[in-house]
Amino acid sequence: MIETSDTIELTVPAKADYIGVIRLTTSGIANRMGFSYDDIEDIKVAVSEAATNAVNHAYKGEQGGVISIRMTTFADRMEIMVMDTGRSFDFEHMAKNMKPLDPSAAFEDLSEGGLGLYLIDTLMDRVSINNDSGVAVYMTKFLQRDEVELHDDRLYESFDRPVGG
Amino acid sequence: MNLNILHEKKVDGGELLTISGELDAYTAPKLKETILPLVDVERASVTLDLKDTDYMDSTGIGVIIAAYKQSCKRNGTLVVQNLTPRVSRLFDITGLSEIITIDDIKKEETT
Repeated sequence: MIETSDTIELTVPAKADYIGVIRLTTSGIANRMGFSYDDIEDIKVAVSEAATNAVNHAYKGEQGGVISIRMTTFADRMEIMVMDTGRSFDFEHMAKNMKPLDPSAAFEDLSEGGLGLYLIDTLMDRVSINNDSGVAVYMTKFLQRDEVELHDDRLYESFDRPVGG
Repeated sequence: MNLNILHEKKVDGGELLTISGELDAYTAPKLKETILPLVDVERASVTLDLKDTDYMDSTGIGVIIAAYKQSCKRNGTLVVQNLTPRVSRLFDITGLSEIITIDDIKKEETT
């Protein structure tokens, strides 16, 4: 059976001003697909984090950069790609630091940034990142989470957590 | 897609900031500009009320961490109160709920 899908594309200037527009568009589509309130909120955070990364890291204040967002709706899932054509960030370095805050750390050592990728990975069902030219973040959220094995496709094994009792 | 910050003095002399709207990369600098001078006072008591914060992501968390660090440095207290279930979930996932003091409105009213 051929899988049917719709694709929605959006290109906005790589400025923080437009992250809300990306979030609103994405949540409208997720809502239309029938995602639960909580899942929609997860998608909103994940897509905003990816867009924030593009704004902060890709263009470093250079004018004229854009962020491209492509959302594809399937019967059972939503796929979202957030792409910029700016400079690639050191993904290996960021992935290694992809973890929650350490409550035992001294307050001076708490990091004010770097939680974005960790949140994307935690909130979405499937995440992959391509940083050959610019950065493209691919994320998938399934409509019925029961059908997928939770955490089966994390970027890094070490982030797996035990599922269920 | 706006952020409103209401700044009040509490009866006990502490500062109360009530945040309403969406806290993201666009609006977070506004909160940062408001809260950092308040926590950069020796022994300041600052409360952040998030009951009307409809949306928050890691940029909002970053501002709260920055304020917390400054508050610790100046021996002050920073309390966050009235988290919505969404914001509460974000605090739990990021580990922030294990670091900063979170209060709720009932406790606040009786003090």
